[in-house]
Amino acid sequence: MSAAVEVRDLTRRFGGFTAVDRVSFEVGTGEIFGFLGPNGAGKTTTLKMLTGLLPPTSGEAVVAGVDVAQQALELRARIGYMSQKFSLYGDLTVDENLELFAGLYGVTGERFARRRAWALHMAGIEGQERRLTAELPLGWKQRLALGCAVLHEPPLLFLDEPTSGVDPMARRAFWDLIYELAAGGTTVLVSTHYMEEAEYCHRLLLMHRGRIIAQGRPAELRGLMAEPIYSFRTDHAPQAVEALQHAEGVREAALFGRDLHVVLDPERDEPERVRALLAAAGHAVHGIEQVEPSLEDVFVALVRREGGAVTT
Amino acid sequence: MDRTRILALVRKEARQLLRDPKTKRLMFGAPIIQLLMFGYAVTTDVNHVPTGIVDHDQTQQSRALADALTAGDYFRIVLRSDRSADLGRALDHGDILMGVDIPPGFASDLAAGRGARVQLILDGSNSNTATVAQGYASRIIQQFGLRQARATGLSLDRGVDLRTRAWFNPSLLSRVYNVPAVVGLLLLLMALLLTALSVVRERELGTLEQLMVSPVTPGELILGKTIPVAIITFIDLLLVVTLAVLWFHIPLRGSILALFLAAGLYILTALGLGLFISTISRTQQEAFMTMFLLLLPAIILSGFMYPIMTMPAFFQHLTLFNPVRWFLELVREVFLKGAGVRDILLPLAILAVMAAGVFGAAVARFRKTLG
Repeated sequence: MSAAVEVRDLTRRFGGFTAVDRVSFEVGTGEIFGFLGPNGAGKTTTLKMLTGLLPPTSGEAVVAGVDVAQQALELRARIGYMSQKFSLYGDLTVDENLELFAGLYGVTGERFARRRAWALHMAGIEGQERRLTAELPLGWKQRLALGCAVLHEPPLLFLDEPTSGVDPMARRAFWDLIYELAAGGTTVLVSTHYMEEAEYCHRLLLMHRGRIIAQGRPAELRGLMAEPIYSFRTDHAPQAVEALQHAEGVREAALFGRDLHVVLDPERDEPERVRALLAAAGHAVHGIEQVEPSLEDVFVALVRREGGAVTT
Repeated sequence: MDRTRILALVRKEARQLLRDPKTKRLMFGAPIIQLLMFGYAVTTDVNHVPTGIVDHDQTQQSRALADALTAGDYFRIVLRSDRSADLGRALDHGDILMGVDIPPGFASDLAAGRGARVQLILDGSNSNTATVAQGYASRIIQQFGLRQARATGLSLDRGVDLRTRAWFNPSLLSRVYNVPAVVGLLLLLMALLLTALSVVRERELGTLEQLMVSPVTPGELILGKTIPVAIITFIDLLLVVTLAVLWFHIPLRGSILALFLAAGLYILTALGLGLFISTISRTQQEAFMTMFLLLLPAIILSGFMYPIMTMPAFFQHLTLFNPVRWFLELVREVFLKGAGVRDILLPLAILAVMAAGVFGAAVARFRKTLG
């Protein structure tokens, strides 16, 4: 697997504030690579440096064979970019937006006709070509924006929180498109703060306060979590959470749906003891089950291990 | 510079500008309405001055003087009284702008050749109108005196007979002077309005970021934004010049080529200025305020309303950096003095330098904010 993106010690400071702090990673061709972290973790700043929108303070990044700091123009022809801010022109029609992007990237003639048809089909908006983009439902707009971003068939696609604000169904449909693109050889770099969305990525970078706290496949990341997690079924989960707040051997207790998820100290992996604690507080436990940690659990555990507080 | 990219941007800008009916009205309706408004309302000509007369003499001569004053359109008598105090009161209330007080013995002094006296009282709170009214009134009264003297056979010829003639605007109509200048203001306003918000709006919407990750260069982007607005502003120029000539009968004595050349350079300067404002502003509001802060001094220091020659030296020097000043000079030269391209090379060159300067600054600034 050849590297589509190579990043070494990439740093960006804004005055005294370090938004991205000596970040290093590699992304292979055709990979879907995710940046996961809360707002302010440095995901967007990292993406902006990789797309040439923001010059790095130090460090280097080679994207699609091009040094980001040296050949910004060269780089731009080889990447597609879609940001959380909705970037199509609402006062232009679907066709006019497509035409604009085609013109900007030099997609002309027969190639444009072919790519236009592809984008309309991909976004599922055939027959809507003459409608103003502002009038389209958000899910359609998002898919059209994706179509515009890859109209010139870039080997690399950057998505900065592409699905904020859309419903889960539309998000699912959007990710189907991303898988299709990746299967066709496009490398996709995507930032998100939706944990479930991160699960779709081949590989992930967990970022917190400008630094990488872990990277790997979702399954690997889950393996990083040494603490066992149990799901407890009780009648009054919210009150039960309270009862466990400062209990010995309990790292964390949180609501998960109607159940109670409890992270235990690995040294004291004694769920039955927790059942007794809950019973003593007047909460009968109807069932205990060990569960796989979610990426959110991993994230929280890693941040705590670093001694920091999680700020979301 | 890539033609496909520039063309794509031009088409996009043009479509956005022409899509919104409100913007369309602003672009093509507003200049016409404003020219009409300026053409009719902004006039420094003094007509129908409300006047009060106190005639203590009550003779044929004194009545003839009153008739002479009202013979033209300049004065309108709204008050006649036989007490001088009434004039003061009417002036205080703003009922009249000028009072004429004819003392007793006016006719007999005239007849005796002793030199009759008439008092004029003017409301000086509007100094412009007062000065002009005073000028009209004294001329009428002097001519009246001469006529009376000749009629009574007295020789008052003093050897000097002053006859004035105003060149380029024989009847000294302020409209003839103002309308070409209004063309300059309208073009500035339109060019600024259509560009000052254009970049910053895209920055706020996030579409600018999208453009900047594409292979578009700052120069191409600026051109893409300039060309459609330049064409629209030029159409506005044609509209208002046509209106000025056909409706207001402003003589267009000079070469049309010279006018278009001057207007072209001036429009470019204004567009560059608008784009510069747009690139230095972080929000649309900020851009709007900057535009207005710039507009007012640009108009005041242009010689549009207040002659540059009467400004303090410092401000006179300041006007040299004002493109509006140069364009007004150009447009009046061409319209009224019949100038051709060769007569106006210097101001043309100055505008060309200004246009190049602001465009250079806008592109440089743009490159800096994005890089």
